[in-house]
Amino acid sequence: MTEVTPEKETRGGEPPPPGSAPPDNGWRKEYWSRNLRLMVILLAIWFIVSFGFGVLLIEPLNEIVIAGFPLGFWFAQQGSIYVFVILILVYAKMMDRLDSQFGVDEPETEGAAK
Amino acid sequence: MSDIQLWTLVFIGGSFAVYLYIAWRSRVKETAGFYVAGQGIPTVANGAAVAADWMSAASFISMAGLIAFLGSDGSIYLMGWTGGYVLLALLIAPYLRKWGKFTVPEFVGDRYSETVRTVAAVAAIIISFTYVVGQMRGGGIVFSRFLGLDVTGGVIVAAVIIGLYAVLGGMKGITWTQVAQYTVLIVAYLIPAVAVAQQMTGIPVPQVSFGQILDELNAISLELGLAQFTDAFAARPQIDVFLVTMSLMIGTAGLPHVIVRFYTTKSVRGARYSAFWALFFIALLYTTAPAVGAFTKLNLLQGVNGVSADALPSWVNNWAATGLVTVGDGVTTINSVSNSPTSGADLIVNNDILVLASPEIAGLPAPIVGLVAAGGLAAAMSTAAGLLLVISSSFSHDLYFRRVKRDSTDAQRLLAGRIAMGLAVLISIYAGINPPAFVAQVVAFAFGLAAASFFPVIVLGIFWKRCNSAGAAAGMITGMVFTATYMIYTLPVFGTEANPHILDISPEGIGTIGAIVNFIVTIAVSKMTAPPRDEIAEMVENIRYPSERRTVTAGAATDAS
Repeated sequence: MTEVTPEKETRGGEPPPPGSAPPDNGWRKEYWSRNLRLMVILLAIWFIVSFGFGVLLIEPLNEIVIAGFPLGFWFAQQGSIYVFVILILVYAKMMDRLDSQFGVDEPETEGAAK
Repeated sequence: MSDIQLWTLVFIGGSFAVYLYIAWRSRVKETAGFYVAGQGIPTVANGAAVAADWMSAASFISMAGLIAFLGSDGSIYLMGWTGGYVLLALLIAPYLRKWGKFTVPEFVGDRYSETVRTVAAVAAIIISFTYVVGQMRGGGIVFSRFLGLDVTGGVIVAAVIIGLYAVLGGMKGITWTQVAQYTVLIVAYLIPAVAVAQQMTGIPVPQVSFGQILDELNAISLELGLAQFTDAFAARPQIDVFLVTMSLMIGTAGLPHVIVRFYTTKSVRGARYSAFWALFFIALLYTTAPAVGAFTKLNLLQGVNGVSADALPSWVNNWAATGLVTVGDGVTTINSVSNSPTSGADLIVNNDILVLASPEIAGLPAPIVGLVAAGGLAAAMSTAAGLLLVISSSFSHDLYFRRVKRDSTDAQRLLAGRIAMGLAVLISIYAGINPPAFVAQVVAFAFGLAAASFFPVIVLGIFWKRCNSAGAAAGMITGMVFTATYMIYTLPVFGTEANPHILDISPEGIGTIGAIVNFIVTIAVSKMTAPPRDEIAEMVENIRYPSERRTVTAGAATDAS
């Protein structure tokens, strides 16, 4: 990839506070806020499945038994891990879409094999 | 020589030959290749390497044993050591990859200041070194059980081989060797697990089939004086399970030897997919571990329950020689089992042997036992190599180059790095032979400190432009001091009295509170002091976008290119 260091890049004196970006950089704010929104949603799921189901609600969920597993116990030792893997995959896929939508995807990226 | 020893030699010898061949083939001469493998590692391979790097002797050898005795609360390790990857993938990896340098202290240094960088480099060296000692020790245990060497000999052999290929190959050699090591360790973990699952339930998928035996396991556990396997909060109070899990997660996301692996990918996109593949490969082992714990525990308990002391299964005698399994004095029949040497139970089994002994306990053939030994070594060696690299790069790149000799050439820095690595190997041989009694506590220490120091400062550095050097320095120092103080207060590590836990918070869980303290202090101090320079804000702005914007519309393109 082409390495872009801050020095090489001259971007006409954009002020640091995000609230006052010049209008032609609006796509940056838009890209970043959509990235943040995706992140918050995925992290909420991350928290609910692991800390919610696997720790805080484990005892009531253990009343339900599926295939020999008390449900809370299953979330704590199996389910949460599956969800973590899926969350990262979803993030990578959604960011691919977001990047190409905004034209910031890297030109010579390798095929990510999946 | 017994069958088991022969097969162990075959597997260990064969796998070592492969690792050394790979290290030789991919030896490097320039700095970039040494530290970040020239940023040319394919995503899947990098994921497998991260997985091998991450899964240490603790994951392979100890974890299933810990879960077997912790039961449901073993989830602190299962969730704690996987959930951190979600944080890493969403909050850290892609951004640090975009910024693209060699070390974690380097990011902290560029984003904040040289002082913060030095603090970070020293912290990275201490955290990594603690880990290396544990790996050398793990290697030593495997050699002493299966090859009849004493632990000293085992540690030296393991350390020399690890040192040799880490010093020769740098990151490029390590990455490809780690791919081979991941393959060895996962095969060694899954084959016996699948065999045992098939044998006991007829379903060869351990993740699914261990549900079948949970009722039986709960019943026999009660009979032998142990807690029920599926009971939540039998080993730790709820608040502590929550805090320890969180602390391990954010500690994982803040550990320098894990973060640095995402610098080796080709692109930002590659860093995201690397995190996915890494967790995918880790999950293969982590979802199997509780099944291995449950099956082995049931097998073990059924094998010894009510059996007279002179008719115990042969694995008891094999392992008694290492001192990790003991039958109580004057015991005639086994009526209680424990993992705690002070419990006074009839049979005491150390957590650390459960995985290594599980094929023997289940009566699987000798080649499988040998394969598991090779897997345990692969796990210990791959992690140790990754850690040695962090020690070397932090020393040569962040301390030597920055603080001692700013005009040092590439070759000099490479030499300094290799000398630091060599020294670390020597000291860790010594520490592996004479382990401080508190190795386990020190590892908890490392996680807590990583959680309370690196994680908040890195995340705020990426997501909050206003965060400045004064804030980061103050936050890191208060976070670390707070966490270390509570650990010293509650652990008898430094010859101090161990005090009772405040509000049921264990020293393993305090890192969570330390991280919160760090966040609050960093934000408060940053707000009260001057904002960072414009170049810094610019730098933060730039790591947020994977690349320059392509020409889409005329107006936007002229400004962005």
